[in-house]
Amino acid sequence: MGRYQFLGYRRENGRVGIRNHVVILPLDDLSNAAAEAVANNIKGTLALPHAYGRLQFGEDLELFFRTLIGTGSNANVAACVVIGIEPGWTGRIVDGIAKTGKPVAGFAIEGNGDITTIANASRKAREFVQWASEKQRESCSIEELFVSTKCGESDTTSGLGSCPTVGNLIDKLDPLGATTCFGETSELTGAEVVCASRAATKEIGEKFMQVFRAYQEVIERHKTSDLSESQPTKGNIAGGLTTIEEKAFGNFQKIGKKAKFIDVLKPAEAPAKGPGLYYMDTSSAAAECVTLQAAAGFVVHLFPTGQGNVIGNPIEPVIKLTANPKTARTMSEHIDLDVSGILRREMTMDQAGDQLIEIMLRTCNGRLTCAEALGHREFVMTKLYQSA
Amino acid sequence: METHFIVHDKADTVGVMVVENAVPGQELTGWIMETDETIALKALDAVPLGHKIALKEINSGDTVLKYGHDVGRAVASIAKGNHVHVHNMKTKRW
Repeated sequence: MGRYQFLGYRRENGRVGIRNHVVILPLDDLSNAAAEAVANNIKGTLALPHAYGRLQFGEDLELFFRTLIGTGSNANVAACVVIGIEPGWTGRIVDGIAKTGKPVAGFAIEGNGDITTIANASRKAREFVQWASEKQRESCSIEELFVSTKCGESDTTSGLGSCPTVGNLIDKLDPLGATTCFGETSELTGAEVVCASRAATKEIGEKFMQVFRAYQEVIERHKTSDLSESQPTKGNIAGGLTTIEEKAFGNFQKIGKKAKFIDVLKPAEAPAKGPGLYYMDTSSAAAECVTLQAAAGFVVHLFPTGQGNVIGNPIEPVIKLTANPKTARTMSEHIDLDVSGILRREMTMDQAGDQLIEIMLRTCNGRLTCAEALGHREFVMTKLYQSA
Repeated sequence: METHFIVHDKADTVGVMVVENAVPGQELTGWIMETDETIALKALDAVPLGHKIALKEINSGDTVLKYGHDVGRAVASIAKGNHVHVHNMKTKRW
């Protein structure tokens, strides 16, 4: 147990982060310019520009608020400045984040203009970043860690090596009380019955199947082909994956052989049943999925890739591993852990899993991931349908 | 001994090439992960790294097995040692 400790930031609500960001969060597309100006003024802050926030309604609007409030509430965020076009919805985001007890302040542009708003928000951001810079890491245990996983630009080596390496980690950390999450609803097509059998109870398995069928209905309603080149992607096919069923069984290796999932989460919904493995209903597009998992409170991400997806996330470090020897060689600056030795039979799955635990704990202690060092900050919200 | 291809499950009808430069006619060595068995196979095609090779004859319409599960169907006759991909295999879904 002792070797599975790490140094994290314990927040006001008891949750543990592994990064100490001060985020400048725009409510809507219109507020991106002001948010980016503040982040440019005040060093050590991070703006999260995005495309949405206007005229959304219904379930899509609920998801929008859940994602933004969840992002600001993530324990990797020390403090947050929210900027919106008008004060009403800006205040709703501020009030949501304030429930964590962390410092948060909102600024509205209407009636003030960009320049005054930027000046006022910059003063508050300066105060927050100096306050956050004095926060110290402290010893934390594995049961305080929230770990998410999703794979991307998979190929057949993902199913052979990198995905089961994540599975090996989950098999080892689940009994120790870690909170973990997988998703990618469309990418279980063909493996859905096997996946449902890994639910902790029959009811949770049925809840998963309902979510799975709803996603299939969306695909059936909009598809114009068998989705080849979309799901599986062009890159998947280049890497040797032929069908969605084949891709699904590779993806599914990520949850290991033993752990059972204890709940089915809506997109960006925070886990509420305590430690364990959770399923989240997400798109299989990398940035959308990781953004939703970060908004649900996950602080470190494990990302197996085959052909070399380069994704990162602004607030949740993304650790990349590959079992593809060619990708490890030609894209080494993106790969945090090379497990291609599994394919050469030089490395067992058990050894690969231990190496992934080690690099994950080093990342939790502060080591920058390749994606962080390269500046990958893909923040992509999921949109369910057209705006009004 | 070098492993040229890996098979997930004993029941599978395809294996995955794990070397980059296999050539037609080459005698290949495979490893079945589930049972830790070593098997031999002659390649009929140049199958790239990560692509599938047929472990037995697969008739058009037959289910292709990988991970011990149904991962699609053959849409052409496939001989033992052939490259298996989008030209001779399709999804059963969507």
